[in-house]
Amino acid sequence: MNLDLGEALQTFIAESRGLLQDMEEALLRLETQPDDAESINAVFRAAHTIKGSSGLFGLNDIVAFTHKAENVLDRVRNNEVPLNEDLIGLLLACRDHIESLIDLVVSEAEMDADTRMRGEALAVQLSVCLGKGAAEAEPAAAENASPVAGTGGMAGDTWHISARFGRDVLRSGMDPLSLLRYLSRLGEIVYLSTLADALPPIAEMEPESCYLGFEIRLKSDTDKAQIESVFEFVRDDCDLHILAPGSKLADYLRLITLLPEDHSRLGELLLACGAVTARELEQTLALQDCEGTREIPVQPLGEILVERQLVQPELIDAALSKQKDARNRQAQEARFIRVHADKLDSLINLVGELVISGAGVGLIAQRNKDGVLMESVSGMARLVEDIRDNAMRLRMVEIGETFNRFRRVVRDVSKEIGKDIDLEINGAETELDKTVVEKIGDPLTHLMRNAMDHGIESAEVRASRGKPVKGTLKLNAHHESGGIVIEVSDDGGGLNRERILAKALEKGLIQSGDSLPDGEVWKLIFEPGFSTADQVSNLSGRGVGMDVVRRNIEALRGTVEITSQAGLGSTFRIRLPLTLAIIDGFLVGVGDSHYVVPLDMVQECLELDAGRNEQQAYLNLRGEVLPLLRVKEHFGLGGRTSRRQNVVVVNSAGRRAGLVVDELKGEFQAVIKPLGQLFAKIRGIAGSTILGSGEVALVLEVPALLSEVAREKGCVALAAV
Amino acid sequence: MEIHSERHASCLHLHPEGEFTIYHAAELMPMLFDALTQSDEIEIDLSAVAEIDTSGVQLLMLMKREAVAAGKSLKLSSHSPAVLEVFEVMGLGGWFGDPQVLPASALGLGRAAA
Repeated sequence: MNLDLGEALQTFIAESRGLLQDMEEALLRLETQPDDAESINAVFRAAHTIKGSSGLFGLNDIVAFTHKAENVLDRVRNNEVPLNEDLIGLLLACRDHIESLIDLVVSEAEMDADTRMRGEALAVQLSVCLGKGAAEAEPAAAENASPVAGTGGMAGDTWHISARFGRDVLRSGMDPLSLLRYLSRLGEIVYLSTLADALPPIAEMEPESCYLGFEIRLKSDTDKAQIESVFEFVRDDCDLHILAPGSKLADYLRLITLLPEDHSRLGELLLACGAVTARELEQTLALQDCEGTREIPVQPLGEILVERQLVQPELIDAALSKQKDARNRQAQEARFIRVHADKLDSLINLVGELVISGAGVGLIAQRNKDGVLMESVSGMARLVEDIRDNAMRLRMVEIGETFNRFRRVVRDVSKEIGKDIDLEINGAETELDKTVVEKIGDPLTHLMRNAMDHGIESAEVRASRGKPVKGTLKLNAHHESGGIVIEVSDDGGGLNRERILAKALEKGLIQSGDSLPDGEVWKLIFEPGFSTADQVSNLSGRGVGMDVVRRNIEALRGTVEITSQAGLGSTFRIRLPLTLAIIDGFLVGVGDSHYVVPLDMVQECLELDAGRNEQQAYLNLRGEVLPLLRVKEHFGLGGRTSRRQNVVVVNSAGRRAGLVVDELKGEFQAVIKPLGQLFAKIRGIAGSTILGSGEVALVLEVPALLSEVAREKGCVALAAV
Repeated sequence: MEIHSERHASCLHLHPEGEFTIYHAAELMPMLFDALTQSDEIEIDLSAVAEIDTSGVQLLMLMKREAVAAGKSLKLSSHSPAVLEVFEVMGLGGWFGDPQVLPASALGLGRAAA
């Protein structure tokens, strides 16, 4: 089948990926709490929905495989198969296989031999699990049997389905054919009749409308919800009646009155498919003819459901709860809109321009001393600020999703290296810019693997050191002065100062390590090609990685810092800016130029005593030593030093310094424009921004400046906060 | 989508090639229905129909119905595997009442008239 479903297929793929993610999370939860019914249901639901949707798209490989997994899950759900660690491992492997099958759909590739073999191996394992549970034959065995047989069996498990498709079904990309094909997977279609009664005369025929209806007898031990789910995608566009096995004659008669075709024609049809006997039909039709002159009002579907409740209440309940679920899901989906990231980007760009021109209007108003205009400008500025904040927030996502992905990493790695490791996650609700989230995943993975492989000791060593045998890895996130801090910490052996120094000496990175403070020693591991691992393992220790980690983080304007205590573990602390586009800045003037200091880093401003020695490098700030950085000299700017100078006290990553500038101009919203390639190597400048007057101001990169100060004046001089 | 037609004695032979699907339905409809006005005896050779979906089936069903109503004869012949599969799923083999030659692999899956 080559139905080109284009967008629908994309939606299916995106949804399936989401479901697989849910499935993985639920499975990992089950590993710690095997009795959590909610998680078991979540796994089952995910598998079930993927199976259902892929059936609609004719993705038979996925249907067949997922079906097998679903059978096992069903047993688990009914407590017929115990859920142990092995089974969870198997189910995770199945999840991965489904994912690779979906990847194949994306790349439109055929299944290769490897994938096929893996699928078959998993299927065998699954059926072994089934075998343990019960020796009952798999219902899927009937799958490939002839879907239609001539004689209608009247077995107790035969459903009657009447479907009349709406005119627009074909136009919306659904083909009833694929629904029929899928239906035949739920059981055996013992009878199927295609009704063309609704076909109009040639003159009125619209070739792209659907006029067909179907009467189907389906022999299956499935439930009503499952049959309905087949029609889920066309629910609004399809007149669907499902009669449960063993429905009373009256129900069929009511069905006759509800369907659009002629009564006696329908009667014959039901007779042909074995739903009613000839005598029953005769009697009841006669009965109806007596009353027949009276118009029979068409009952709404709901009423039928209520009446039928007397017959099989549990079925109705199941169907209703399923519908409710679907409605809840729809309601939840309705609260989200999928938006292309580019649209958001262009919105934020526009807001940036708005901020700039808003500032321009403000400036003119100020210059003209127009009070009324200034008032409305300040009102507008507030609104623009709100818009900016909201626009930025649109791009904000919780980091939890990224964190949760690591549960699987921790699980797999700890299995692989034979260590028992727990992952603790804190601050998963911390939000940061989507682009930052996307780029932080890789460095974090590196750090986590390193911590598990090298940081956390083997069980024997841990026991001998009197620590709990089980290692703990922590992922924390929180906001701090306009940025986000992500910490990866382990309770392992900590970094080995001697070994790092020895290695650094050997590589010629340092001359002598005696006087280096710990912080500087730890930084050495970020040098390219540096690895102290005695053994190169599959995971880490090849000396690539840590320098890549640092580069990735720096590319995000972030910093990474290590604290480590021998025997107690180490912590990698990553600081990142929340966003890369707009900042609240503090505008200062130096000579004829303007500079913007990110406002989050500004602590206070003070006046520099006029009488002070030009060369003085420190300031006594309420009893603390504050190193000074003279911006004018630092950047080699000309011009006369103004008579009065000011100091902006900045703080970043726990270090403090004073920037000496000529003029304080106040707060300013800066839309950061990146500098060109030419200036990529300049340290201390993060970007540029345009002032309301049209002038360009450079945005100072405070962390880099502080390191410069540290280098110039010796790190001892840096006041720790 | 192309339909070759030729006339043998009183019978109009149609030989459509390609896809009987929603993408071609609008184009197909006049070609098929024109044939109804041209002859009392029509045979459609389906051997070159590579794909058929609900919209294609509908057209054939409508054509058959109109032909019967007008007392004309419409025969479908040489069903391609794609057509056979869809007729099978929809239970239409008997509806058209034409002999279908099943490929060897499908033998045993034949059905009684619906």
